[in-house]
Amino acid sequence: MTGHRSLDGAHPSASDIAATVRRAGGAMDVVRRHLARIDAGNAAINALREVYAEAALRRAEAVDAQVARGEDPGPLAGVPVAIKDNIASRLGTTACGSRMLAGYASPFDATVVERMEAAGAIIIGRTNCDEFAMGSSTEHCAFGPVRNPHDHDRVPGGSSGGSAAAVAAGFVPVALGSDTGGSIRQPAALCGVVGLKPSYGRVSRYGLVAFGSSLDQIGPFTRTVADAALVLGVIAGEDPRDSTCAQVPVPDCGAAPADPVRGLRLGVPKAYLRPDNHPDVAGSLMRAIDRFQAHGATIVPVDLDLVDAGIATYYVIAPAEASSNLARFDGIRYGHRATVPAGSPLDDLYAATRSEGFGREVQRRIMLGTYVLSAGYYDAFYRRALRVRRRIREEFDRAFVTCDAIIGPTTPTPAFRLGEKNDPVSMYLCDVYTVNTNIAGICGMSVPMGFAREGSARLPIGLHIQCPAFAEDTLLRVGRAWEALHDPAAPAVAGAEAAR
Amino acid sequence: MPEPLPADVIRHVARLARLRLDPADVERYRADLSAVLDFVSRLEEIDVGGVEPYAHPLDLSNRFGEDIPEASMPIEDLLRNAPRVEDRFISVPKVLAEEGSA
Repeated sequence: MTGHRSLDGAHPSASDIAATVRRAGGAMDVVRRHLARIDAGNAAINALREVYAEAALRRAEAVDAQVARGEDPGPLAGVPVAIKDNIASRLGTTACGSRMLAGYASPFDATVVERMEAAGAIIIGRTNCDEFAMGSSTEHCAFGPVRNPHDHDRVPGGSSGGSAAAVAAGFVPVALGSDTGGSIRQPAALCGVVGLKPSYGRVSRYGLVAFGSSLDQIGPFTRTVADAALVLGVIAGEDPRDSTCAQVPVPDCGAAPADPVRGLRLGVPKAYLRPDNHPDVAGSLMRAIDRFQAHGATIVPVDLDLVDAGIATYYVIAPAEASSNLARFDGIRYGHRATVPAGSPLDDLYAATRSEGFGREVQRRIMLGTYVLSAGYYDAFYRRALRVRRRIREEFDRAFVTCDAIIGPTTPTPAFRLGEKNDPVSMYLCDVYTVNTNIAGICGMSVPMGFAREGSARLPIGLHIQCPAFAEDTLLRVGRAWEALHDPAAPAVAGAEAAR
Repeated sequence: MPEPLPADVIRHVARLARLRLDPADVERYRADLSAVLDFVSRLEEIDVGGVEPYAHPLDLSNRFGEDIPEASMPIEDLLRNAPRVEDRFISVPKVLAEEGSA
């Protein structure tokens, strides 16, 4: 994690790559090196669905040419980036991990893609995810499951599992994902990388295939908090093409305070210390709290009594929004179209198309969402969930009066085995600590906290930091503080330790 | 285990969602949806008296763009993803019944 001050290191950070390329070029080399790593490692973990080798090399050539002309390619000059399969780009196909959109070639770029490229970044590939971002394991992907680079028998988390795995495996220093209930932070924790979910409205959703429109946000996966800050600074800010992208000034995400810990007030909710936390998760969290305190932070007990209500609230609101958003997939204008007998009514075409195109988990959520929105159940489920949602937001607002940030574990346990969680509710509970961030619209980040032992396996776990809406500057400050305090016995890249 | 939802409710919801279910799917959804709904029923224990619904984290107000004509996306680009195209049109099954029939 430390010591990547030059590009000769095995896995340079985005900040180091950009600094070097801006000064001296070399983007072609950077891209070639990362392509070689993808070539060597992707077949084993299936993190990337598409690799844009030619386009990436062409872009790198252009970046190097800019430098040669004395121009500045931007703050992400020459940085190879992978994007999640639900983020639209004209490059390749935007399939959302679904048979429904296999082969869909987006006629436009998402705002985040435009902004990354304008900053000199190089889109090098597209990462696998749970279908339409619905899942916590990246097992529900039409293009095969993704495997955790730390242990190939285990899941990388999800739904942005391919993005987390690609960064953890050293394929890219930066990947973009999306987070509706934990889909950036949970896989970041399980793969041992940094994952940031911005406040709702911080980053444009234009070009993000909608799942839960009041919950979705795009955010970065990186290996350092400084890199997360760098990427956020590029992608954040209002966008006339997304009316829900807030007109709130973006703070200077790059500034690192000299003494980031002293004076911090960190809230620790009792509700995050659940008895079913893995013992190493509980132990690492206690050590983190002690270390923050020893370096001048004040630990504040806060009440978040509605933590357990979060998952239930989420599994009404998110499927409701999804059932509505996914109604657009009807086999007419784009995507899969079923073959039905000549003369069949249009409704038969819709139903056949949707049943063939959507996988099981997506259909389950559409059914659930349709049910809770249907006549007779709307008030009992949907309206009630929205009222609980306000109470959850108010609870955070109260907590943030007494503290600057709330800390806890990102997940109760480290990565589980493929196929281990079969029933939907136990899978949904993976997100117990993360969902309320989305429900309240605040920001959150997972940073590596250490490792948990499971038999002979040594699996990454994450420290979860939550801050008020639009307080990403505080979020990053706490993340940097933790990075400075945390002795990273953790290798920045899976397997790097063994190779040393 | 909670009482499974009746099969006719599952079929009704599937019709609303435009999903085609075979009999095995109906049984699976009876169990699955019932388990999730049972889980979310804990929301009933939370006091929401006098609490207004919170549909969205931002105080949204209308945002108006400048009324300036811009080029729209070329039709060819949009048609490229259509499953069936004739000339410059998306081809769909017949929507209206023929006169005199049905």
